[in-house]
Amino acid sequence: MISSFTYARPKTLQEAVELLAKPGARAHAGGTDLLGCLRDEVFSAEKVVSLSGLSELKTIVPSPLGLHVGALTTLAQVASYKPISGMYRALAEGAAAAASPQLRNQGTLGGNLCQRPRCWYFRGEFSCLRKGGETCYAYDGENQYHSLFGPGPCFIVHPSDTASPLVALEAKFRIAGPAGTRTVDAEAFFVLPDAEVQKENVLKAGEILTEVFLPAQAGLLSTYRKVRSRGAWDFALAGAAVALVVAGGKVAKARVVLSGVAPVPWRAKKAEEALTGKALDPAVIRAAAEAATAGAQPMSGNAYKVDLLRGAVEEALRAIA
Amino acid sequence: MRKTITLEVNGASETEEVEVGMTLLRFLRDRLDLTGTKEGCNEGECGSCMVLLDGRPVNSCLVLAVEAGGGKVTTIEGLSKDGALHPIQEAFLAHASIQCGFCTPGMVVTAVALLRQNPDPSEEEIRSALAGNLCRCTGYRQIVDAVRGAAAAMRAKAAAPLAVSA
Repeated sequence: MISSFTYARPKTLQEAVELLAKPGARAHAGGTDLLGCLRDEVFSAEKVVSLSGLSELKTIVPSPLGLHVGALTTLAQVASYKPISGMYRALAEGAAAAASPQLRNQGTLGGNLCQRPRCWYFRGEFSCLRKGGETCYAYDGENQYHSLFGPGPCFIVHPSDTASPLVALEAKFRIAGPAGTRTVDAEAFFVLPDAEVQKENVLKAGEILTEVFLPAQAGLLSTYRKVRSRGAWDFALAGAAVALVVAGGKVAKARVVLSGVAPVPWRAKKAEEALTGKALDPAVIRAAAEAATAGAQPMSGNAYKVDLLRGAVEEALRAIA
Repeated sequence: MRKTITLEVNGASETEEVEVGMTLLRFLRDRLDLTGTKEGCNEGECGSCMVLLDGRPVNSCLVLAVEAGGGKVTTIEGLSKDGALHPIQEAFLAHASIQCGFCTPGMVVTAVALLRQNPDPSEEEIRSALAGNLCRCTGYRQIVDAVRGAAAAMRAKAAAPLAVSA
């Protein structure tokens, strides 16, 4: 049984922002992560503020400059919306690779980006760093699903399959809050644990992620690869979103963003450098895949992820070449 | 905190006052005695609690009843008509797709949504649609066969009146 909370379903964004600015308030989008967290007492809620009455956050609007995707668009809609499967293919593939078909009917893009980590210490009965305790239990403990990259002191991996594609696609996130609206680069939305150990993103009290904007870029090609232990559905052990602008047979611009291996979508800048200015031939692809693992710092149980990562980057690049 | 909700369940309008923390699953089972919808993992992993909400399969353990207010819900109990089983239920019997039976209502409900959208799915499409439904007896082969069999039977039935008139 979920411990008791009050509930509101505001009709306007302004009202939602006001309700969420109060201590103990939690936003409910699709609810698939929130209900699990409340039931498992990962955190509590005094008030659940449902965003489901905000129909303006459920639309996808194309413009000449790109695509405006409402944060309450379901993952199933994102995965099947035709214009997304073109140059923004990495996002469609990421959405399709997230959760199960039924969870994708309920879960939203915004919720997928703001979901809490799946670390078993964080989700379990441990007072870990991320829950306000003093220890990251994964560092000396069971860390086979934990991070290869990042500064510590917490070693979660970001659980989203849409976050890395959106960083690769240079998406912009629109945020509404008590001080008005602001827009941040997808990359700047996510925060590392050395800056904020109890949060995964920059959202402050009362702020809501309202829209993801995908800028149009001529010659953009993108894809997402995910490795998981169960074929049916699972979180990423390692994954790679790749977005390339190819002109005259050469890579003019590259973004390679890793998933399942860091507390944030992790830009593999060495791999991006290895691609830029080159033709996508097998030797360049192999070198870029190797470069994507540069700086990986495996712990006792997760060195196997380095190989998975190299393979995911190589597969993604081969799919584009 | 309590709230009054009205929703349509298996074609009948239901109005009830519920705790706002009550899930759709508990509402169906405890308030409406629709116990065909099962509680398995209670965290969206297993699919035993699958129902159709506005035509789409969802894990009812992760939906608040208040969020389903105003919606249309179909449970396993809503699939038979005038005492006759749904063709997918018939196919599950014919293919012996049931071992312990606990996952069966969720499997059937997911399959109903699949065949409405795609009357002739490939085996891969069936397996992919059923990805969120676990069978711990691991009898997946028979379940996939049943969905294929039901799809064929439903297509044949849909085509039958045309054949007669031709």
